[in-house]
Amino acid sequence: MYAYDELDRTLINERVSEFRDQVKRRLSGELTEDEFKMLRLQNGVYLQLHAYMFRVAIPYGTLSSKQLRALAHVARRYDRGYGHFTTRQNIQYNWIKLAELPDALADLAEVGIHAMQTSGNNMRNVTSDQWAGVAPGEIEDPRIWSEILRQHTTLHPEFSFLPRKFKIAITASDHDRAAIKIHDIGLRLYRNTEGETGFEVLVGGGLGRTPFIAKTIKPFVSRRDILSYVEAILRVYNQYGRRDNIYKARIKILVHELGIEKFAAEVEEEWQHIRDSALTLEDSVIEEIRSRFSYPAYDKLPHMPEELKKAAHDPHFEAWRRNSVSTHKVQGYSIVTLSLKPVGGPPGDATADQMDAVADLADKYSFGEIRVGHEQNLVLPHVAKRDLPALWKALDKIGLATPNINLVSDIIACPGLDYCSLANTRSIPIAQELTRRFANHDTANMIGRLHINISGCINACGHHHVGHIGILGVEKNGEEFYQITIGGRADENAQMGTLIGPAVPYGDVADVIEDIVEAYLALRARPDELFVDTVKRLGVEPFRERVYATR
Amino acid sequence: MTSPLQQKIKITGPSMVTANRTSDGIVIYRTAQQGWSASLSDAAIVRTSDEARALLAEANADDVGAVGAYIAPVELKDSGEIKPGNLRERIRSKGLTIDLLPA
Repeated sequence: MYAYDELDRTLINERVSEFRDQVKRRLSGELTEDEFKMLRLQNGVYLQLHAYMFRVAIPYGTLSSKQLRALAHVARRYDRGYGHFTTRQNIQYNWIKLAELPDALADLAEVGIHAMQTSGNNMRNVTSDQWAGVAPGEIEDPRIWSEILRQHTTLHPEFSFLPRKFKIAITASDHDRAAIKIHDIGLRLYRNTEGETGFEVLVGGGLGRTPFIAKTIKPFVSRRDILSYVEAILRVYNQYGRRDNIYKARIKILVHELGIEKFAAEVEEEWQHIRDSALTLEDSVIEEIRSRFSYPAYDKLPHMPEELKKAAHDPHFEAWRRNSVSTHKVQGYSIVTLSLKPVGGPPGDATADQMDAVADLADKYSFGEIRVGHEQNLVLPHVAKRDLPALWKALDKIGLATPNINLVSDIIACPGLDYCSLANTRSIPIAQELTRRFANHDTANMIGRLHINISGCINACGHHHVGHIGILGVEKNGEEFYQITIGGRADENAQMGTLIGPAVPYGDVADVIEDIVEAYLALRARPDELFVDTVKRLGVEPFRERVYATR
Repeated sequence: MTSPLQQKIKITGPSMVTANRTSDGIVIYRTAQQGWSASLSDAAIVRTSDEARALLAEANADDVGAVGAYIAPVELKDSGEIKPGNLRERIRSKGLTIDLLPA
């Protein structure tokens, strides 16, 4: 956990007072909506179909139990008893009243939570690996770098009015759980052949109507230079990024239009002006940030405790353990992922009661710490193996022990037309129907790792381009249709999926996905060949034939 | 020169003006009495682009009470009942199409 200092607390509290005054003036008519819109967006407040939507920042997806209880409190007191965890490790409330928002923000401020820069053309939440600090083989905790960038860019006057929103993700593991290649800047922390730790810097990734995989702009930037190098990228983008066309304003378009070599040359030139400035990160600065992260005092525990051996006889426990429990860097501990994808449930939603219960379980079993992953699930990052059976029973009671992590029903979905004013089509009911079709865990296990991502419009909040199976809703003559892509992925081998054919109507989507999965089962070379590898080996044609032969 | 407010407003059937209430964001409809109602059945119906433009201008003038006003199609039943004219408005009028709890 990162402990905020007095400066952070003052900043957050001042922002609450400021926003309270702005809301008061808006409700009295002193501020018009045109004047107020930018102010509310700077506090994460959107207007959606039914109500205001309030997006709260969860920096790099890390929460204390106290903070999660505060999120539950806001859901219960100011919303309709639930919240939606997003693909950028934040939480959204869908039914918030403008008049009550300042009170909600004040309640969150008491536990160091805010909504700054969860909207608007600025630096958004600097996301990271939800297993940061506990993943075996990790170079070091990437959240230290997320926090350095968060501090530097929060309310930074030069970067508060960028051409468009700006998203950074950081990983420090070989396996990328943070989807860095689909971000404006992706940072991969690694150790070079000389043994020095630094960053591969990628730029220009993104989804939406013009998707691009990020390109490597510099293969190695030392830790001391990373802040100045990121700032150089932001400066070049701020200067040359398009402000005349919202659809061409993201950095991915600039990188594409200039070409990575020319863009890199511009950044290099800018960097030479600022690299040996106050932006240089001396070891003492890095250590100061690192020292504000607290880590659990782990016990020396056996690799295979008696409690675990005994529970292994229960097939339901074993199914959950095999699916949702991962290896921790410390012997005797595990990383536990809590599925927010129950059969028939909206992906990523958690009730206030569930949030409170998870906070209690985190206190009891995970040193009071919770993580949010971009796949819209929660994580308890420090669970002693001896506690796994008891934790599983407790999670099962609150509906959070569905053993479907990384399986076909672990679906990423945007809110879609049920909530979102930008959406053309619904996403959630498609996801719900698919979880019902693939509810059988034996079948899902037999299918193996398969990521389905659903977006209700081309803005791609559901990351459909990089789903193993991607589903994109489009409107045709007032009806909902869905384009299906296959072969996408968001990890270290990220790539966009390929369209398999014409869009299909709402009522046919689940049947089409079942056809694709059945085709895969018939086509895979062996049981452990993943769906995405079968598509890579065979291309989309066999799947296209299967889907459209009878349609 | 055409005013921006007069541009791009062309309706092809019966329509209404809808918005969200500023204080709490709920869906509201402009009424014939120059007010707002949370019930679609109270919505003022317009049938020409000029009427639509006028109703929208009147709605936009109430910047304190409502936010994001726009024109949307409706379907008029023989019984006189007003139905939303597209899926988006059906969802805004009737609420979520999904179960919130797993089932």
